[in-house]
Amino acid sequence: MTEIPEHLRKRAEAARQKAAAASADTPTDAPAAGGSDAPPSEAPPSEAASKIPAHLLERAKNARQQQAGAKPDAPSGGAVAPAAAATAVATAAPPVAAGPGGHTQRLLTVVKSGSIQDVKATPQDKVHVWPHLLSIEFVAALACTAFLLVFSIFVNAPLLTLANTNLTPNPSKAPWYFLGLQEMLTMFHPMVAGVMVPGMGLFALILAPYTDRNPSNKPEDRKFAISLFTVFLMFWAVLVIIGSFFRGPGQNFVFPWKDGLFFEL
Amino acid sequence: MAKTMGSKGGGPAQKIGEITDKMQGSQAWNSIFRPGSIFRKGYSDSPRNRSYVIMNSVLYHLHPVKVKRHAVKVSYTLCLGGLSFFLFILLTVTGIFLMFFYRPTAAQAWNDIYTLQTSVTFGLLVRNMHRWAAHLMVLSVFLHMARVFYHGAYKPPREFNWVIGVVLLMLTLLLSFTGYLLPWDQLALWAVTVGTNMMGYTPVFGSQVQFVLLGGKVIGSDTLLRWYVLHVLMLPFVIVIFMAIHFWRVRKDGGISGPL
Repeated sequence: MTEIPEHLRKRAEAARQKAAAASADTPTDAPAAGGSDAPPSEAPPSEAASKIPAHLLERAKNARQQQAGAKPDAPSGGAVAPAAAATAVATAAPPVAAGPGGHTQRLLTVVKSGSIQDVKATPQDKVHVWPHLLSIEFVAALACTAFLLVFSIFVNAPLLTLANTNLTPNPSKAPWYFLGLQEMLTMFHPMVAGVMVPGMGLFALILAPYTDRNPSNKPEDRKFAISLFTVFLMFWAVLVIIGSFFRGPGQNFVFPWKDGLFFEL
Repeated sequence: MAKTMGSKGGGPAQKIGEITDKMQGSQAWNSIFRPGSIFRKGYSDSPRNRSYVIMNSVLYHLHPVKVKRHAVKVSYTLCLGGLSFFLFILLTVTGIFLMFFYRPTAAQAWNDIYTLQTSVTFGLLVRNMHRWAAHLMVLSVFLHMARVFYHGAYKPPREFNWVIGVVLLMLTLLLSFTGYLLPWDQLALWAVTVGTNMMGYTPVFGSQVQFVLLGGKVIGSDTLLRWYVLHVLMLPFVIVIFMAIHFWRVRKDGGISGPL
């Protein structure tokens, strides 16, 4: 059980005493008189009413008594507890609309949280970004930097001779990521290979989330999508590899282990 | 922190501790670091401080305080998206260094690169890093896209972020391609000639596209200046905007996808 704060416990204690005092002179028997450790929220109505300043309550009480025929202390019998007499506020008569047991409020219904609130998120297992994610990112960045640094120490970026528009190297190759397109140039008209195919590929890529209506992200439900994409990737990779390593002078097919490498990064 | 020192009074350690306390209590210090920042009172490990590390630093623009447990598994993301971003930062840093030694004219560009490699301290190393990081970034962005596809991470609600991602892939390729021309050697000239010749076959307005890209009918000094501005200013500016949207959408769409 959770620990009840001291001040709440004291207030509940006081409220229970008042309730016991009140039940002694009213015929309706409140269960709170039992003295078992009821939670503090079950405080009797006089507790709530005590938010109103004492002098106002006193004035209201007097006014009510005058209206009722100026008969002071009518409901309370002779057996008023001394504690109740000391706090005049607490022994104030219950409001006119009070229900059984002197309660001023009633519980109409219990509404489950899902029925009026739209609860979308179920509680998830989460971890702090620091240190769990940031440390991984830091290590990854560090490893990446280290790799690049070491690689750059040992492998130099190419710098060929000064550009000369009158001297076309044989073969002339585009950067490696365009070599798939250049490879298609050997098979199709430049407009098809250089513009239409990449344009349509790009378009298909952009439209992928709108054409794939399958809501599942489980690999076993997405066999077609995965196969299609893998074919697409492989097609591209094979073209790039052929264009990079298997094309020599005159864009003729060569074997890199026989005729040498015609490839610069 | 130095506060723990001081069993023996008057030592240099205590002096440092006093200075540290005085500095951390100053208005200037407290104006720099937000309330709850770990730099105000030092860091001790607690859930509250773990949250503060993110909440009270600029990192809060990039990361939430907490993420799904499976999202920090390296085997799920392979760090590819993050590494692409990190490579971009690395490329920016090394690129700024290169800009100090480079003039984008046909008469000077190649010589500047050559001088950079032979006479500038760390010039060759930084140029190598810039070059290899660029190739690596194209690769990592591409692999990131493949990873996202295989996880079905482009599905609702992340459709639009996939589209942004495809734009980012295009921008990455363009950044790499525009940078390819800048050394102004035979490799650069003819690779770009091949590339731009293909663009010239765009239906209807192909020759106009080529003219705008080259700044003329053929590749020359004007092309170099044009591609230099594209490479160091315009494309980075555009890609940063798209990256900002990309990262923002990752969070708005509920963090990274999965688990499968």
